[in-house]
Amino acid sequence: MDAPFTPDEMMTIAASRALGNDDICFVGIGAPSAACNVARLTHAPDITLIYESGTIGTAPDILPLSIGDGELCDTAVTTVSVPEMFRYWLQGGRVSVGFLGAAQLDKFGNINTTVIGDYNSPTIRLPGGGGAPEIASSCGEIFITMKQTLRGMVEAVDFFTSFGHGLGGSDRADLGISTKGPTLLITDLAVWRPDPTTKEFVVQSLHPGVTQDMVQATCGWVVRFADDLSVTEVPTALELKTLRDLKARTEAAHSGEAA
Amino acid sequence: MAKFQSLKDAVAENLNDGDIVAFEGFTHLIPHAAAHEAIRQDRKNLTLVRMTPDVVYDQMIGMGMVDKIIFSYAGNPGVGLLRRMRDAIENNWPKALEIEEHSHAAMANAYEAGAAGLPCAVFRGYKGAGLKDVNDNIREITCPFTGEKLAAVPSVRPDVTFIHAQKANKRGDILIEGIIGVQKEAVLAAKRAVVTVEEVVDDFEDVHVNACILPRWAVSSVCVVEGGAHPSYAHGYYVRDNAAYVEWDKIASDRTLFREWMQINVLDVDENIFVARINTLKGAA
Repeated sequence: MDAPFTPDEMMTIAASRALGNDDICFVGIGAPSAACNVARLTHAPDITLIYESGTIGTAPDILPLSIGDGELCDTAVTTVSVPEMFRYWLQGGRVSVGFLGAAQLDKFGNINTTVIGDYNSPTIRLPGGGGAPEIASSCGEIFITMKQTLRGMVEAVDFFTSFGHGLGGSDRADLGISTKGPTLLITDLAVWRPDPTTKEFVVQSLHPGVTQDMVQATCGWVVRFADDLSVTEVPTALELKTLRDLKARTEAAHSGEAA
Repeated sequence: MAKFQSLKDAVAENLNDGDIVAFEGFTHLIPHAAAHEAIRQDRKNLTLVRMTPDVVYDQMIGMGMVDKIIFSYAGNPGVGLLRRMRDAIENNWPKALEIEEHSHAAMANAYEAGAAGLPCAVFRGYKGAGLKDVNDNIREITCPFTGEKLAAVPSVRPDVTFIHAQKANKRGDILIEGIIGVQKEAVLAAKRAVVTVEEVVDDFEDVHVNACILPRWAVSSVCVVEGGAHPSYAHGYYVRDNAAYVEWDKIASDRTLFREWMQINVLDVDENIFVARINTLKGAA
């Protein structure tokens, strides 16, 4: 029998549940964008979504392909310049949650989207950090969402694009960063939260049908599981319909443009 | 004072070999036509500045015009990596490329400091970030009042900035609408500024009193190039050509294919080609 939902759908929906109606959320492109808009279209209709292109309080009907799509501006409360975005709204401390994806992630929530290999002679040159270094330090807290792979979830990142909890413990506070940093990781297999002391991500709940072995097999560090490990609540019919409708609208709109 | 002239003349008069130049646009209003004219005029040894270098900088790097790039995110938005830029960084093809990499916050602050006539920008950033270990232009400054350690980067002061906007009026004032990015700061930070526009209208009487307008005395040249942002978009005129960005990934993945594409689509044509490129994209957005 087919599963009634895919691991991808479970990841997006679990991530959407972490957001509340009162959140002011700085949205990364890709998986975070889908999760944030599912939250807005289900349990958090008044959430403020901000994209780094300067669109504040945006409510796109379809998912943007880039952070600067016209749809984001058309549906925003206001659109400000990029310097204003980063100075007043992000650095000014107005954003409660930053929602990021990652090419490479370690167990302390440090993110690399800059290079694989050495910075000066990289094996793979990735796009770089964009807004992420300051999103990671200026937002009240950081949620991360990504699909699990051995290449993506590694013991140590090749480059600290965005600082999470460093080497754990009080590293973050020791650098003079007063925000909480990564407090949540949602993958296609599980929901993780940092240990309050060591700051290492610990699996709190496994998505339905997922085993501990499956989580370990796609993660490059030795995974810790919570003593009271639970199972992620299955997507509701409304959550699934909202996500699928959003994706269908997005696909229809973008294939129309390409025609 | 802005003068209306052809794109060919504007590039010839304002862009020199060895210049520091910004072709700015944050996904929206990217001045593709102007960059293609710079490619046709074969400018060399440029230092390119842009927050989000994408397809058009990939093209300039692949054509061997660029010595150095100052940037904060080098990707093909919604698609992936920049393959010509990667080839230059990873394999020195067609030649070595020096990079000065920042975060968006740093670049935005650096442009703003440039517009404000300051030598550097000060902000709260780069905490724990690896870039400050590999970029000597990221330094620290102590607040003389509170003692807080803050990041400092040099301001961006281009020799010339190119942007694309929706409209000029007959006097040469420029109106920018929608996602305005960092274009106003990039123009005011530069010694010279060239603006391509979709159209020229009689006046801006129907425009909101707080609209983003660059007065004619703040720009050097205005050139009418309908469709001049393609495959980027112009809010209110045409939508983004997402298929072209996807196609670029394939073209840029192969050196020969890249050269052939540039010959046919850039070197052998002129800016009048752009109006046809937006034919099927008009109306929406």
